[in-house]
Amino acid sequence: MSKFLPLWPDSASTMSGQVDALYIYLLLVAGIMTALIFISVTVLAIKYRRVAGREATQIEGSTILEIGWSIIPFFVMLTFFIWGAVIYFKERTPPADSTEVYVVAKQWMWKIEHMEGQREINELHVPVGQNVKLIMTSQDVIHSFFVPAFRIKQDVLPGRYTTLWFKATVPGRYHLFCAEYCGTMHSGMGGDIVVMEPQDYAQWMAGGATAPLQETGKELFAQLGCATCHRFDVQGRGPNLTAIYNKPVLLEDGRTVIADENYVRESILNPTAKIVSGFKPVMPTFQGIVTDEQLNALVAYVKSLAQPTPGSAGLQNQPAASPDQPQNMQVQ
Amino acid sequence: MASTAVTANQAPKLNYLNNGHSLKSWLLTTDHKRIAILYLISVTTFFFLGGFFAMLIRLELLTPQGDLMQADTYNKVFTMHGMIMVFFFLIPVVPAVLGNFLVPLMIGAKDLAFPRINLLSWYLYVVGGLLISHVMLTGGVDTGWTFYSPFSTEYTNTKIVEAGLAAFVAGFSSIFTGLNFIVTIHRMRAPGLTWNRLPLFIWANYATSIIMILGTPVVAITIILVAVERLFHLGIFDPRLGGDPLLFQHLFWFYSHPAVYIMILPSMGVISELITCFSRKRVFGYNFIALSSIAIAVIGFLVWAHHMFVAGISLYAAMIFSFLTFFVGVPSAVKVFNWTATLYKGSITYATPMLYAFGFMGLFTIGGLTGLFLATLGIDVHVTDTYFVVAHFHYVMVGGVLMGYLGGMHFWWPKISGRMYPEGWAKLSALLVFVGFNLTFFPQFILGYVGMPRRYWQYPPEFQVLNVLSTAGSSVLAMGYLLPMIYFLWSLKYGPIAEANPWHAAGLEWKTTSPPPTFNFDETPVVTWEAYNYDEIPDKELEAPVVR
Repeated sequence: MSKFLPLWPDSASTMSGQVDALYIYLLLVAGIMTALIFISVTVLAIKYRRVAGREATQIEGSTILEIGWSIIPFFVMLTFFIWGAVIYFKERTPPADSTEVYVVAKQWMWKIEHMEGQREINELHVPVGQNVKLIMTSQDVIHSFFVPAFRIKQDVLPGRYTTLWFKATVPGRYHLFCAEYCGTMHSGMGGDIVVMEPQDYAQWMAGGATAPLQETGKELFAQLGCATCHRFDVQGRGPNLTAIYNKPVLLEDGRTVIADENYVRESILNPTAKIVSGFKPVMPTFQGIVTDEQLNALVAYVKSLAQPTPGSAGLQNQPAASPDQPQNMQVQ
Repeated sequence: MASTAVTANQAPKLNYLNNGHSLKSWLLTTDHKRIAILYLISVTTFFFLGGFFAMLIRLELLTPQGDLMQADTYNKVFTMHGMIMVFFFLIPVVPAVLGNFLVPLMIGAKDLAFPRINLLSWYLYVVGGLLISHVMLTGGVDTGWTFYSPFSTEYTNTKIVEAGLAAFVAGFSSIFTGLNFIVTIHRMRAPGLTWNRLPLFIWANYATSIIMILGTPVVAITIILVAVERLFHLGIFDPRLGGDPLLFQHLFWFYSHPAVYIMILPSMGVISELITCFSRKRVFGYNFIALSSIAIAVIGFLVWAHHMFVAGISLYAAMIFSFLTFFVGVPSAVKVFNWTATLYKGSITYATPMLYAFGFMGLFTIGGLTGLFLATLGIDVHVTDTYFVVAHFHYVMVGGVLMGYLGGMHFWWPKISGRMYPEGWAKLSALLVFVGFNLTFFPQFILGYVGMPRRYWQYPPEFQVLNVLSTAGSSVLAMGYLLPMIYFLWSLKYGPIAEANPWHAAGLEWKTTSPPPTFNFDETPVVTWEAYNYDEIPDKELEAPVVR
């Protein structure tokens, strides 16, 4: 890419090529349409300019033409829609084997936490060829995680997680921008995505780590007294959290929800919003007690509980007979 | 020119302009034509104010560093640019100036249905304008015109409530105008002027009015909710208080997307008038153009979430809104095709209004087609919130709306002022606007795809060349906009006196004197012809009206 006058962005993820292909298709169609209109208008305007002795011929219209130039463009646009939707579906569906990275945005910086415990600010190191899923939240206003070289963007909201995934293909240093206006230094809220060869990445990973994220979460889980109610041995006052992640949970009001990251997060900050069937709304809120980073650690810990015994994680979320006999594998 | 004889005659006919000269006769007028002039003056003032802020933005972006002003100042400048241009220029400009002047004239009525409410509309606009000026002079507001929560409700200490109030009050001005137009078009058409004989400008304003009265109350409610959350910390949008930030975006775009059609539809109506007149032809596919305006107004309400594809809405919601957005592309395309077909076998002249119509077709084609890029999910993810979006909506809202407005101003200026504008200067200005516009905004498409986010005060150095081009273009564009202002004023005193129908155009507005008398027609016209009956206008009148 010319650094003086770039006319095309760097291409460094598995998505870039696909988005570019669709963009080129759109440019071609739009180019043809524009040329058609420009040439028609120019030719007609010159050919039928006023000359002495010739009057305009009045034409009312043509229903066939009208139907034609309504339907044909519509079918062309349908191809835009389908192709665009296919790419969007891929962009919004992280592969199961993705490495997870937590991102906390705040005015005006990006805070990154790797599962292994490395933390970064305004920089994200990733290896080439690895699916990376970002689990993002904001501490204040809405931001947007935008990496032009990867052709991806996702708004980052306070109070919930949004996710984004990519697979980098070319080592290098790429712009990270905040794309949603967020106040004074919006334009300064940028950084770099550093894409590294796997061995360089491993070397980078080896230095500077404190403790893996889920370990931090486990400590917090004990410190905050979560384990008093959410017990793993006997039934506590709260649901057993083993292997609940990404499984359906039956609620007291009869609804079923998937226990995803947003659900776990909400259950910590606003426990009474979704009460698990068979439990009482006795859990206090942790809003204002845990920071977004600590929340991420707790979520990572709860998720890690789902890993070891995938076979036994079957769910039987039947309505409980009585609140005194709560069932396993539920979260409050 | 035959009409110069009129000036020699010492007793000029009484018209709406010389019927009373006192300030009171203007400020308390209920004459729709005088109210149109009041709007013309105030809207033009805000246009140049908004344009001044645009120049500040372009000057700051001349260099990658933030050096001309502070970051906070820059944020306030682009917010004021957006708010003034959207709420105080683009939304009112064509309906409130040209629509106000022309709707009664075109349908053979003496005035709008509610002349006092019409005056009230203008006063509300002025109150809104004074409020936004107050905000501007006492510290400004830094949220962008989109007011996204929770930034606007909890995180900024600028004048949100006051700025919201300005938009709220101006919104009612727009609601009243819409109400007035709808009732007038239903109830006050001249005998014989059936719905399928209406000029397409009337159809366009009718469709616009529907959006004004259905959409504007929603943004008014949204503004109240923002104010309530800000003042009383009731949790509506801020998740810390139990609210939902996406709710704000849904409510905001439910109005603000259709608002784009409030801006563009009346200009499309102008283009239909210009192309028929300067081709001396009936419009091709009258019914389809008329109904496409209504279709745009209706479908326009079903596409708002296409502004939110990366905001955190569900995958399937995004797909539905993307699909619906393509539907709105069809009626817009139909209009462009019909205008092009109208040229076929016409007898075309290139007076300034027609040059603006050609310009409109070019810029709107590019603006509309790039809209399809943004409706395409996979592309939108990459280019939304970048300069690609900025370029796209300027092509539609400035390229489209302003070309239509300026074309209309030149076309009806003889009717409004009774004077002709200088054709040579006008052609130059049309050329400057077209070239300057493309030079300003075309590089921004490239900037956007390369990845420059919008609302950036500083940017990586590799984006500089394209930004310099854009700034250079904006100074050409500014010349193009200043020029008409100067020669229109000049023509008020020195322009040749206009005939009743200098373009030999069809349409009732040309069947009364220029300028029209206070009650428009000496006798209520009876319509027995279709719109754009250029075949029935006598041959001798076809001899070109050459105005220099």
